[in-house]
Amino acid sequence: MSETYRIAIVGSGPAGLSAASRAAQLGLAHVLLEKADHLSDTIYKYQKGKHVMATPSQLVLRSDLDFAAGKREKVLGTWDEQTGGNKVNVRLNSEVVSIEGEQGAFRIALKDGATIETETIVLAIGTQGNPNLVRCPVGEGAVVQYTLDDPQEYVDEHITVIGAGDAGIENALGLAADPEQRNMVTIINRSADFATAKAANVQALTAAQDAGRMIILTETTASAIEAGEIVFDTRDGEARARCDRVIARMGSAPPRAFVEACGVEFSGPDRTAFPRLSPTFESSKPGIYVIGALAGYPLIKHCMNQGHDVVEFIKGNTALKPADEPILEGKFKGLPGRLSVAEWLEALRSSVTILEPMTPLQMREFMLDSEAHFYRAGATIFDRNEPGDSLFAIARGSVLVQVDPDDPAKTVPIETGSIFGEVGLISGRRRGATVIACEDAICVEIPRMAALKLQSQVPPAKAEITRISIERQLLQMFGSGLSREDVAPIVETAEIVPVKAGDTIIEEGQEGYDIFVIRVGSMVVEKTIGRKPVFLSYLPAGTYVGEMAVLEGGRRTATVRAAVKSEVIRIDGAAFKALLEKNPALLARAHREMETRQDLNDYVEAKKDSFSGAVDMYSSIASFLVEGGIGEATDVLLIDENLCVGCDNCEKACADSHDGLSRLDREAGRTYAHLHVPTSCRHCEHPHCMADCPPNAIHRGVDGEVFIDETCIGCGNCQRNCPYGVIRMEKKPPRKPPLLSWLLFGFGPGPGEPSHDWIDKRVSPDTPKVAVKCDMCAGIEGGPACVRACPTGAAIRVAPEQFLSVARLEEGTI
Amino acid sequence: MATRGAEGAESYDSASQRHAARHESFLRYRGLFWAKLASVVALLAVVSYLLVDVEPRHNGGSWYGYALGTIGALLILWLTLLGVRKRAMTPGRWSLKAWTSAHVYLGISLIFIATLHTGFQLGWNVHTLAWALMLLVILSGLFGITVYGFLPRYLSDNRDETTEEQMLATVGELDRQLREAAQPLDTRHAAIVQRALDEEVAWASVRRRLFGTRFLGTSADSLAEIRRETLLLRAPDPHLDRVEALLARKVAALQRIRSHMRVRALLEAWLYVHVPMTFATIAALSAHIVSVFFYW
Ligand SMILES: Cc1cc2nc3c(=O)[nH]c(=O)nc-3n(C[C@H](O)[C@H](O)[C@H](O)COP(=O)(O)OP(=O)(O)OC[C@H]3O[C@@H](n4cnc5c(N)ncnc54)[C@H](O)[C@@H]3O)c2cc1C
Ligand code: HEM
Ligand code: SF4
Ligand code: SF4
Ligand code: SF4
Repeated sequence: MSETYRIAIVGSGPAGLSAASRAAQLGLAHVLLEKADHLSDTIYKYQKGKHVMATPSQLVLRSDLDFAAGKREKVLGTWDEQTGGNKVNVRLNSEVVSIEGEQGAFRIALKDGATIETETIVLAIGTQGNPNLVRCPVGEGAVVQYTLDDPQEYVDEHITVIGAGDAGIENALGLAADPEQRNMVTIINRSADFATAKAANVQALTAAQDAGRMIILTETTASAIEAGEIVFDTRDGEARARCDRVIARMGSAPPRAFVEACGVEFSGPDRTAFPRLSPTFESSKPGIYVIGALAGYPLIKHCMNQGHDVVEFIKGNTALKPADEPILEGKFKGLPGRLSVAEWLEALRSSVTILEPMTPLQMREFMLDSEAHFYRAGATIFDRNEPGDSLFAIARGSVLVQVDPDDPAKTVPIETGSIFGEVGLISGRRRGATVIACEDAICVEIPRMAALKLQSQVPPAKAEITRISIERQLLQMFGSGLSREDVAPIVETAEIVPVKAGDTIIEEGQEGYDIFVIRVGSMVVEKTIGRKPVFLSYLPAGTYVGEMAVLEGGRRTATVRAAVKSEVIRIDGAAFKALLEKNPALLARAHREMETRQDLNDYVEAKKDSFSGAVDMYSSIASFLVEGGIGEATDVLLIDENLCVGCDNCEKACADSHDGLSRLDREAGRTYAHLHVPTSCRHCEHPHCMADCPPNAIHRGVDGEVFIDETCIGCGNCQRNCPYGVIRMEKKPPRKPPLLSWLLFGFGPGPGEPSHDWIDKRVSPDTPKVAVKCDMCAGIEGGPACVRACPTGAAIRVAPEQFLSVARLEEGTI
Repeated sequence: MATRGAEGAESYDSASQRHAARHESFLRYRGLFWAKLASVVALLAVVSYLLVDVEPRHNGGSWYGYALGTIGALLILWLTLLGVRKRAMTPGRWSLKAWTSAHVYLGISLIFIATLHTGFQLGWNVHTLAWALMLLVILSGLFGITVYGFLPRYLSDNRDETTEEQMLATVGELDRQLREAAQPLDTRHAAIVQRALDEEVAWASVRRRLFGTRFLGTSADSLAEIRRETLLLRAPDPHLDRVEALLARKVAALQRIRSHMRVRALLEAWLYVHVPMTFATIAALSAHIVSVFFYW
């Protein structure tokens, strides 16, 4: 192979395909290299018949390939055909293993040993990565596969699933689900427990084992796979078993290492980082361009547009205006002044400190996710206690923070170029103060995901946000009357410390002089009484702990440990003491608060003797809830099974308030001492479900609810990411006949979620499934339907800190 | 050891919120507000009955009788509306718990209102029928709140974090394994296992369903038979042992799901008296009212 290509495109997903078609249309010498034996492997691997969505709808498609929402098969069929029609030079079964050389003379090594020479490279390999392969010897004729499309395909087989993460467990359960298939399924796990899998999956797995449908081997690895047989290496030695098929689900290695080996730098060390790119998608390695999901644009339309644009850029067409221009125009329409999109982007970038280091391309992408607002002087931007996790940056004008809830006149100004609202972003809790516009102001509202992306791509922005957030958090916590100068010495000594779930930050009986501010996550406070740890209180983010030793001296009087993965700000006790000494009002307040807590401790200690049963109960219920992940919840449904009569009216009410689909499974879930935590969303502080949603369809709403909007494309990522198994993928059923006609004449399925049969008969098979989860009945007057519809008072929704307060113990309501 | 930092916390942690953070049953709702109101209503009825002088004696046809009768009839209609409220998930600041609380206590006060309305003139007629049916509804309601009071705990303990669906699946799965395990057995033993396999989860008879804790089914019989046989064997038979173990698990699984279904049935059964009798009461009540106005 001696020909040198102008462009080599690696990966034939929507991004790579679109780039290759453009190159072909422009008549550039090109090659499209694809690892699989077909095009677009990621989409190829979608579930059969999946409805592929074409969002965002405002974005015009600019590609030589067509793409419209429709079935997976149709989308792929169109692309296959048009790729042929466009005369794209495709080379399948060509996995790229390394890239060497420089711009103008790259050498691409393929797995089959071939080498390809090219002037430029477009990397469009997506983010799926490669599945980890089995490491033991695999004999001739043995069947080992890394995916499972349809568990129903296999009958009468002995199947071993390797890897007990969620994917492996779900595959194993699927294969064993139908006894008619008569499969003998074994799942093996290297460690003793199932640390990486969802609790619900583990529970289903053990239930399947108890029911005799499956064999679970823990602390076991496969040492050899032969045709019809597998050899296990177990704790008790070697074991052999019949095995017709091995399904290996041992996770996949993200493509980052490969990309870095090509010379491309990433914006930061964290998992969420993307390659650093120029406005023309060129990476830090000249001549290598990165597009598509790998560049941070997971939606198919974006991928295709970039494929088109990157080839134009490479060809030298730098005047090309991006296809997202109209969207940005729309965003700036409401602002005063007649600037073009490019001018607005520049104006925002140059006036806001944290945006300054961004490139124009980054700025564009950033503004696609963010909003620009104009506020008249005096307008409220947000209110105290309003939920919200977006960050605001002031591009023009200034704002006032009302630091005292009782006296709106007490305010602290924030100037042009600075930011506010960062506490909600960091802790996921409610807004700590009302903020109003001081003069006419233009602010950029940066949603959580965009803010996280910004911090990972622009390290100075991260440092600045961290510094400001520590300062503000301290000012807010220690109350009014303090100025930035007052807390400056503390901010200097402050240090952010990550804490793993279960780790202690303060140990009872130890010396210690530091103060800890909980920035992310939550903590539990425990005291050893009669050699047993007794739960004292629950501390959500935004609280501080440890000042007793500073005020009173002496050793720590209780143990504080993280309920979930958390982050604390460690403050030097001496600096804090100095601050207190300078501010008598603050000192008095700190003393007052400490006394209340002292009383509480004394109370619990006194109660312990007279009432030890109640205290134990309180402690063990608290531990049960914390173990169940309540520590990261902001609002959770709890059912008292002393009262619940099992009428399921809560589920029916939920379905009837939400398109006929219930977002709550009352019976499923953990129970302790008759306190039941049903399977229903807890509106996590930092929702796991949000982590990987291609259209960014998951948000935190005005009442603190985590909700999914109508841009959901049904990819199912959130369902996989939620550790509590509360998201369902369902088709929206049609409207039911009204209640009265059911009551009087029996029309329709009656209250509650209709049966699957009823729905299936009425919706077309093409209806896409979308993600459904609890939205806390946002926007419905009266609040959560589950609670309103419970006839007995068994169902309540609470914030964990309300439920876990010792006040309950005092009131005797445990 | 700690302080809630943001001062705002207190305002949103207000008393009413703390209140909402507790489980409060419909019987104790709002500090027994409806119980107190209903007692006052009942007391007023009794006191006024004693104070108001109706000639020649108290009866439904006096102005006083009409007043009580009207209140009673309207109350019955309102009590019936609970069935609609329960199913109409309209938005608004209502709670079914509050409704049930009011329903229960005002329902009980009807005993006084309606009985005093009759002036104790009872006989074998449609009027007394309406009153008797109403009492039946109320008595069944009293039974209902009694079972609501103590059965949920049993339901919770018995199911021990498993769902009904999982319980059913367990039985199905054990049947599958039994069928497999019975393959190597001889015909006689296979027939014993077959009898266990033929057993349905739900009892056919309603009586057993509601009260049948001590009944054992054919699976239990099969288990006993197989046990007897394995005891007599000289050398252990691994096939029979496996069948025995499976049968024991099936019996336990059946017991759990039947307990579950029994408690659920008990929690619902009274409604099968309460609701039909409500409609019977309303029918009798209508007849009573029509006859009073047209034929008295
Ligand atoms: C289940 C699911 C459902 C989704 N649904 C939608 C939807 O409805 N709408 C939507 O807009 N988006 C959806 N997405 C997101 C979207 O599919 C992806 O973000 C998109 O496919 C990314 O395109 P890409 O071209 O960047 O990479 P990919 O589509 O991932 O393509 C990468 C290609 O590169 C190949 N490759 C990888 N490494 C190498 C190598 N070393 N050498 C050669 N070739 C290599 C791969 O085999 C693959 O074919 C969904 C995602 C998932 C997982
Ligand atoms: C004449 C008087 C009464 C009438 C007409 C009446 C009628 C009704 C009706 C129609 C329902 C709805 C049932 C359903 O839809 O599921 C109901 C439910 C109920 N009633 Fe009554 N009732 C009366 C008195 C009482 C009394 C005195 C009590 C208790 C002491 C009582 C307790 C209940 C309870 C606990 C429910 C069930 C709530 C639920 O689980 O949803 N009722 N009643
Ligand atoms: S869906 Fe799951 S991860 Fe998301 S907020 Fe709810 S409980 Fe948390
Ligand atoms: S909401 Fe869930 S299913 Fe829908 S697009 Fe986002 S991650 Fe995918
Ligand atoms: S509505 Fe209340 S009593 Fe009925 S099932 Fe739900 S929690 Fe239990």
